[in-house]
Amino acid sequence: MSVKIELNFTMNGRPVNIEVPVDMTVLNLLRENLDMKGTKYACGEGECGACTIEVDGATINSCLMYAVDLEGREITTIEGMQTGNILHPMQQSFVDHGAVQCGFCMPGMIIQANYLVKKNPNLTREEMKRGLEGNVCRCTGYTKVLDAVADVVGAKG
Amino acid sequence: MSEQVAFQHIEKTTLIGKRIKKPDAPAKAIGKTRYINDMVLPQMLYGKILHAGRAHAEIISIDTSEAEKLAGVHLVITAKDTPELRLGFVKDNAPLKDKVRCERDEVAAVAAESEAIAAAALKLIKVDYKDLPGVFTIEDSQKEGAPVIQERFPDNKSLKFEFKHGDLGQAEADSDIILDDTFNVHYVTHCCMGTSCAIADFDHNGKLTIYSQTQYPYNYKMDLAPALGIDPGDIRVIQPPTGGSFGAKLDVYPFEPVAAILAQKTGRPVKILFDREEEFINSPTRQPASMHLRTGCTKDGILTFRAADVEMDNGAYTSWGATVPVIMMRTTSGHYRVPVVDFKGQAYYTNNSYAGSFRGYGNVQMTYATAQHMDMLAEKLDMDPIEFRLKNAQKSGEVTPQKSYLRECALAECLTTAAEASDYVSKLNKYTDEREQEGRYKRGIGLASSIHNAGGAKIHKSDGCGTILKMDDYARVTVITGASEIGQGIDAVIAQIVSEELGVPVEHVNLVNNDSDLGPWDVGVHASRTTFIAGNGARRAAIKAKKQILAAASKQANVSADELDLRGGFVVQDKDGAVVTKLDKMLRQMHFQPEPDVVMVSDYYEPNSEPEGRDHISDHSAAYSHAVHIAEVVVDTLTGEVKVEKVTMAQDVGRVINRMGLEAQMEGGMAFGLGFALSEEMLFEEGRLKNPNFRDYKVPTAPEMPEIEMHFIESDCEEGPYGAKGIAELPTIVVAPAIANAVYNATGIRFFNPPMTPEKVARAIWEKKNA
Repeated sequence: MSVKIELNFTMNGRPVNIEVPVDMTVLNLLRENLDMKGTKYACGEGECGACTIEVDGATINSCLMYAVDLEGREITTIEGMQTGNILHPMQQSFVDHGAVQCGFCMPGMIIQANYLVKKNPNLTREEMKRGLEGNVCRCTGYTKVLDAVADVVGAKG
Repeated sequence: MSEQVAFQHIEKTTLIGKRIKKPDAPAKAIGKTRYINDMVLPQMLYGKILHAGRAHAEIISIDTSEAEKLAGVHLVITAKDTPELRLGFVKDNAPLKDKVRCERDEVAAVAAESEAIAAAALKLIKVDYKDLPGVFTIEDSQKEGAPVIQERFPDNKSLKFEFKHGDLGQAEADSDIILDDTFNVHYVTHCCMGTSCAIADFDHNGKLTIYSQTQYPYNYKMDLAPALGIDPGDIRVIQPPTGGSFGAKLDVYPFEPVAAILAQKTGRPVKILFDREEEFINSPTRQPASMHLRTGCTKDGILTFRAADVEMDNGAYTSWGATVPVIMMRTTSGHYRVPVVDFKGQAYYTNNSYAGSFRGYGNVQMTYATAQHMDMLAEKLDMDPIEFRLKNAQKSGEVTPQKSYLRECALAECLTTAAEASDYVSKLNKYTDEREQEGRYKRGIGLASSIHNAGGAKIHKSDGCGTILKMDDYARVTVITGASEIGQGIDAVIAQIVSEELGVPVEHVNLVNNDSDLGPWDVGVHASRTTFIAGNGARRAAIKAKKQILAAASKQANVSADELDLRGGFVVQDKDGAVVTKLDKMLRQMHFQPEPDVVMVSDYYEPNSEPEGRDHISDHSAAYSHAVHIAEVVVDTLTGEVKVEKVTMAQDVGRVINRMGLEAQMEGGMAFGLGFALSEEMLFEEGRLKNPNFRDYKVPTAPEMPEIEMHFIESDCEEGPYGAKGIAELPTIVVAPAIANAVYNATGIRFFNPPMTPEKVARAIWEKKNA
């Protein structure tokens, strides 16, 4: 059994205090110990983006980060985006534009899209494509995803 | 309030053709949906499978004693524990193997208290193998004295399909041009984002509940039962939300009975979930095929015959997917007017991985060949390429040699619409002229078309779907349908159709469709059939409910039921929309009376198609549809990179139902074809997969997506719901040959062996230059 370490960080605005094995990934911590299953496993090696979360304002594949490295950090998962029962505008835009089919990749896709728009409110379609190239989707062909993001950008501009 | 209502008039409107949001999208977008991958049952154990990791071997011995001793391990099983159990289309497969026939073969399985313990236990199992010489190509499989893969099939031949029509010798003699080419189509796989998963749980009466990603829950029971030695009636299938399917889940695969056997023997629920590498190695592929195609035509551009000799790599076991020649031959014989046909399809056992069903079902392969031959013939004839195709395009009412009855045929309209929209002919000529000029980047445009079943495909005894519809005292509707939802959007379509008929908001229609104990029978979500078949079923059930309500209302209002309608939550006068009463109030009045009249109706819709039959001469679908894609590409002649800039689509959709869902299927379906054409390829070396990850197996990502222009041709199918046809496979089928034809237009080089990777394209350009 691996050595455990006590860990303190902020998840979706709330403090978390938990003991974690030193070799546990953030993805497994979220899914197995914190019941935050919106963040998906689909490849486990940083190639598909399904496990994307925000850590201190930047996005990361949570399968590639050790849980112990969360000490003192702030993270946002897909479950932390909505306000009460109201969807975040990015989530609502994905729903409105028909960007969600099987939906399995969407938590990572939405987290990444929201990050891109926060970083650059005047995102072009080409920049969106580049910014989302690490997020694999097998259902949509990305077109409706791009439409959804473009709508949010338009609303801001 | 009631006084105001009495003076209200409600106009007749329609939802058909509108944009309807998927009801399950919000929960998916906020991460609330629990997919099967996310599920944990009380007392659940984790199963893991030891795969052989070698292509062909005898198993001399298996020692599981160390694994059994590991803390947290509950059970280890091998083929010895499951001697008589079989699965697969010809029952040549088993949950656990006593001999290794391919890399993915299941040798042993463990149930433990965590995935980590199960994985550790697998490492403690000692297997002594004696490797055997393997067969890794169709040619090697055919050789005299080739190693035998399946003892029951000593000549290594699996399924065989034949269809002949007309006098081939005469047709050859009548031909001025005969093309003769062999197309070799490669291995690709589905790459569902949610990896394969099953959770099995037995109760104390011996009844199995299996949580499954299956696309065909009712026949799944029939296929799973012999792999467990239980009665199909003792299986309940629950379909939690799943991370994509695309045909991958149209069969039973060994991990599913293995999970069930572990559950049966431990008395605990057992979950088996693949990691991505396991998913690549152990899930189905599309059939790689060698297609020898000959096409003849006269100098006037009239097709004289098609002869196709298709050899398929079956892999080590025969799955449902091995039946794809059923569809290949429909395209060979029925796409364009082909007077004489000679189709042969034969699958050969090898020690490679085995293929399953995959979106397009054989038609992706066949159309890659036929659509290039059409392009080549137009060029050889020096004929306007649209005129050539139009000369051979069927019209409504024509019947193909296999007796596919093209009731509403919009092939010509698809061709002219796409060609005009993209300025196809003038661009084709311009790029041909520019081909031999200097310059690193070459432009090309290419057209491809195909036909596909669009009203189901009667490959089972029934191609039907059951629907149960009930309304409560508040005018909320519950529809229990046999139709499965795998992300494609039948949930939205059924809510839309029921809403259309009963005049209630879409949000007031609840769908129940994930439990085989509740749902009536359906053949499964495949063959582009669900909107057509389940949509018709839902519509028919809703019409029955409406009749019942209007009959009751007619008595109360003392007018004929024909003069009434349901709109906006009210019973109204049909002619002017004058409100008669509120629908929920009407339903309560019907319910709470001395002789209660409760709305609970059912329907079983069987399409008017004919069973496929052994001779393959039957009108096997209730509708057929065509699509044309025109791809515009830029080829970097230095690096060989092919960039698809735009795809113009024209497809006969019968009638648009949910416009948003339809567009989404077009876009997503096209992306599958794009990956198949340009980048996706499973690389096998002596039966072992060399690229089981997203780094080395390249699925399309956002930057590769071209601009898409869609044209929906509405041919108004008489049998389809509101005139609709099935739509979801054609976009995958036609885009790859359109790209191949465009690459030819740009470079003058034909690629008969996809994918058109930069390496392959650059080498071909270099060889052409230095020839």
